[in-house]
Amino acid sequence: MPTITVNGQSIEAQSGMSLLQACLEKGIFIPNLCYLKAMTEPPASCRLCFVEIEGQPDPVAACTITVADGLVVSTDTSAVRQLQRTALQLLLSVHDIDCKNCPANKQCALQDLAKFLKVPLKNKPTETYLREPAIDETHPHLTYYPNRCILCGKCIYVCQTRHGQSSLSFAKRGFDTVISFYGALEIDQQACDDCQQCAQVCPVGALVMKSG
Amino acid sequence: MNDVLTSEEKAILADIQQYLSESKRDRSRLIPVLQYIQARLAYIPYQSIALVAAHFNLAPAEVYGVASFYNQFRFNPPGKYPVKVCLGTACHVKGADIILENFERKLEIKEGETTPDREFSIERVACVGCCALAPVALLGESVHGNMAPSKVEGIFTRIQVEKEMEARQKSEK
Repeated sequence: MPTITVNGQSIEAQSGMSLLQACLEKGIFIPNLCYLKAMTEPPASCRLCFVEIEGQPDPVAACTITVADGLVVSTDTSAVRQLQRTALQLLLSVHDIDCKNCPANKQCALQDLAKFLKVPLKNKPTETYLREPAIDETHPHLTYYPNRCILCGKCIYVCQTRHGQSSLSFAKRGFDTVISFYGALEIDQQACDDCQQCAQVCPVGALVMKSG
Repeated sequence: MNDVLTSEEKAILADIQQYLSESKRDRSRLIPVLQYIQARLAYIPYQSIALVAAHFNLAPAEVYGVASFYNQFRFNPPGKYPVKVCLGTACHVKGADIILENFERKLEIKEGETTPDREFSIERVACVGCCALAPVALLGESVHGNMAPSKVEGIFTRIQVEKEMEARQKSEK
C-alpha cells in the first residue's frame, strides 16, 4: 500500500485510488463538486480539488492523480485556496443565489464550500449571468433549474452508469450550456419513477422530482 | 421544436434512413451524418435525431448534445424569408442588438427560431461585409443598411405589398 504525506501527516492509501479519494477517506477535506467515488475517469471539470504536490510547479486537480508511494501533498496553501475561491466565485456568478426559496437550502454543496472557503454567498465581485428560461419542465418527471445548475455532470454520470444510456446530456455551449432531456417524452416512465438517482445526486437542487 | 413535417420532408427522411442503413455505425460518423441531414433538409428535425440516435445506439439527448454544441446545426426550418441580423463589430457598436430585438418582437420569435407559418426566421450573423452601412440586416438576399428600429416595420409592409401584387398578377393571368 502506498504511503503518502498530506499536510505533514502520513497516510496509507489503497493503490490505484485517486489522491482526492484517499484524502477524503482519512478525513482531510478537499473541496470538490464533480467527483464521485465510482468514477474511473473523473471529468475534473469543477476545478476545485486543487492540491500542491512537491516537485510539481503548479497546483493540480487531486481527482486526476493516482496515489503513489512517497507523494508529498499540501492541501491548504495560499495558491490552492486562491484558485478554489476564484473557481467558486465564477460558479456563483452564474448561480441564482436565492437560498431561502431553494429546496437544497442547508444541504447545498455550494453553501458548504462557501463557508469552508470563506467566500460570501454573493455574485460579487463578478458580473451575474442568468440563463433564460429559468425553469425547464420538458421532462415528464423532473424539473430542471438551469440557474441553480453548476454543470458538474454527476446526473449524466449516474444515469449513464445505471441505464447504459443517459437520458440527460449537456447541450449547447459556453454560458448557455444546460442539461437537456432531448427526447425525454419517449423515456420509460417506470424506469424514471423507480430510479430518481439524478435528482438525489444533484448537489445543488437543480434537478427536482416532480411531485405527485 | 417544430414537429410538423411537410410531406416533402417526410420523403427526404425516408431517404435519410436509407443513407443511414448504408453507413457505418462508428461514432466518428456522427457529425458527418448530421451534416448530411442538414444539407438535405436545411435543418435537423426531432424525428431525424431519433433516427440517428437509434442508428448509433446513442440516447437522443446525447446526439442533441453534440449537435447543439456547433453553430453549424439548426433545429428549426429556415423561413421563406430568413432575416439575418449582423452583429459584427461595426454593427454591434451601432446598436445591432436593438435591431435584433425589434425583429424578435415584431415576429414574436427568438433568434434561431422560425415563425409557425415558416415565412420568417431570425438568425444572427457575424459581418456581412458592408460595415459602412452598419447596422445591417439581410432579408433573404436583399441587404438593408443603416437599419433603425423604425425601419423594421417598413420592411414587413413592403413584403406584404409584394405578396399582394404577386397574388393580383396571378389572378389576372
